[in-house]
Amino acid sequence: MTNPSVISLRDVWVFYGETPALKAIDLDIEDGEFLGLIGPNGSGKTTLIKVILGLLKPDRGKVTVFGAPPDRLGRSRGLIGYVPQRSQGDWTFPVSVRDVVLMGRYGRIGLFRRPTAADEAIALKSLDAVQMREYAGRHLGQLSGGQQQRVMIARALAGEPLLLLLDEPAAGVDISAEDQFYELLGELKEKHGLTIVVVTHDIAVVSSHVEKLACLNQTLYIHASPEEVLTAGTLQKVYGCEVELLAHGRIPHRVVEEHD
Amino acid sequence: MDILEYAFMQRALIAAVLVGLVCSVIGTYVVLKRLAFIGAGISHSAFGGVGLGYLLGVSPIGVAIPFSLAIAMAIGWVSRRGKVSEDTAIGIFFAGTMALGVLFIGLREGYNVDLFGYLFGSILSVSTTDIWIILGLGLGVIGVVLLLFKEFFFMSFDEEMAAVSGLPVDRLYFLLLGLMALTVIVSIKIVGIIMVEALLVIPAAAAFQLTRNFVRMMLLSVLFGVVSGVAGLFISYHFDLASGATIVLTAGAIFLLCFGLSPKRRGRRVSA
Repeated sequence: MTNPSVISLRDVWVFYGETPALKAIDLDIEDGEFLGLIGPNGSGKTTLIKVILGLLKPDRGKVTVFGAPPDRLGRSRGLIGYVPQRSQGDWTFPVSVRDVVLMGRYGRIGLFRRPTAADEAIALKSLDAVQMREYAGRHLGQLSGGQQQRVMIARALAGEPLLLLLDEPAAGVDISAEDQFYELLGELKEKHGLTIVVVTHDIAVVSSHVEKLACLNQTLYIHASPEEVLTAGTLQKVYGCEVELLAHGRIPHRVVEEHD
Repeated sequence: MDILEYAFMQRALIAAVLVGLVCSVIGTYVVLKRLAFIGAGISHSAFGGVGLGYLLGVSPIGVAIPFSLAIAMAIGWVSRRGKVSEDTAIGIFFAGTMALGVLFIGLREGYNVDLFGYLFGSILSVSTTDIWIILGLGLGVIGVVLLLFKEFFFMSFDEEMAAVSGLPVDRLYFLLLGLMALTVIVSIKIVGIIMVEALLVIPAAAAFQLTRNFVRMMLLSVLFGVVSGVAGLFISYHFDLASGATIVLTAGAIFLLCFGLSPKRRGRRVSA
């Protein structure tokens, strides 16, 4: 590839009224990268994802995704799979797991046309990939939080993306399910050659699974391997206060940095 | 049945079936996408159009069509991009367009308008022309829904995801409001401006009690809408009651029944 950056942001600023949500963001995410985007609540993580998705136009700066501005991707829009925050869903909506996953195909099917047998097959294959096929006929509201999240990933996979963006995917999922969840992401990345960006404020769990971490709090502090980032100096700068870190290894231990 | 020997009853029956059908289809989106208050705003705006039609001495329904469409777009625009909160904006349009209608009708000298008919429906005065208008607009609305079925389905469920997938959600949203406006116009003669909201909401809300499958919900909604229209018409004829009100109350009774029988409320599993 001549340009290995799947996502490239140059001096990106976003303001909500007078308040800057993102300041001078420069970020390049390479093809095949598995990135954890971390930062405290209100640090602009979701804003950054919305900018990358083209749902929000930056007030300043340049964004390219697969070499084009995100709102001018046209057919390439299908290359992006997005898993939104769980709290956004309407879990009472009358829709089956199969229908939700099939929605991941709609962008590719195009206006006016109906899903074909091939689309159905891809939807079921995507459910297989997240081990949820047996739930295809269930109503979405009958699943547990972790299962719903898997269905949302299956929906993103059904669009056959090259880039997967996940916003707080493990929120409301217990720790062991969370570990399994990141393992699943790792497997999918290997199998489908995906570039994955996971937004989370749970530093400990994500850092033991991803290859790179980026720390955001309005500005981007660092974009490096978890080992480099987890030197507490950086985290303290990002969070601006005491950092409590429940490290996630064979022996769980707690790292508490004192704040002066 | 002997009452069907009357031509006006035949027309009323055809109109009731068509209106029940169109309202219940659009109502499915109104209920799921929580557009009930927007629906009330759009339906009341039709009165401004009716009044303007009278003032200009042309067909009130003919003027109400573009008038309601324009107000629907305005409400949509405010709710999407406005600096005023959505329900406040609807409240303003709602009362403002009703007031305009009253003003327009007052300006027309020596008026003896059947205002009551427009507000509460007058199904027994449905003319052949009305039937053609209802049929034309109704089939148009249903046709658009069938054509964009999966797009409206996705957008109703999760608008942001639909946008990310590349669906033109803004245009689909305005189109849906336009379809709501046309549905209101179609229903004016049957249940009237004030009560059309009931037919937009009640059959779909009743159907929602019984199923967790979207297509089944829409079909049940249509069944309830049509049954309410037909049963309401016959009941109102037999007991000499106001037809629009009887249709709405029949729909209300169906809702209560569904609510009572709802497996969802009793925590039972319902397959999707």
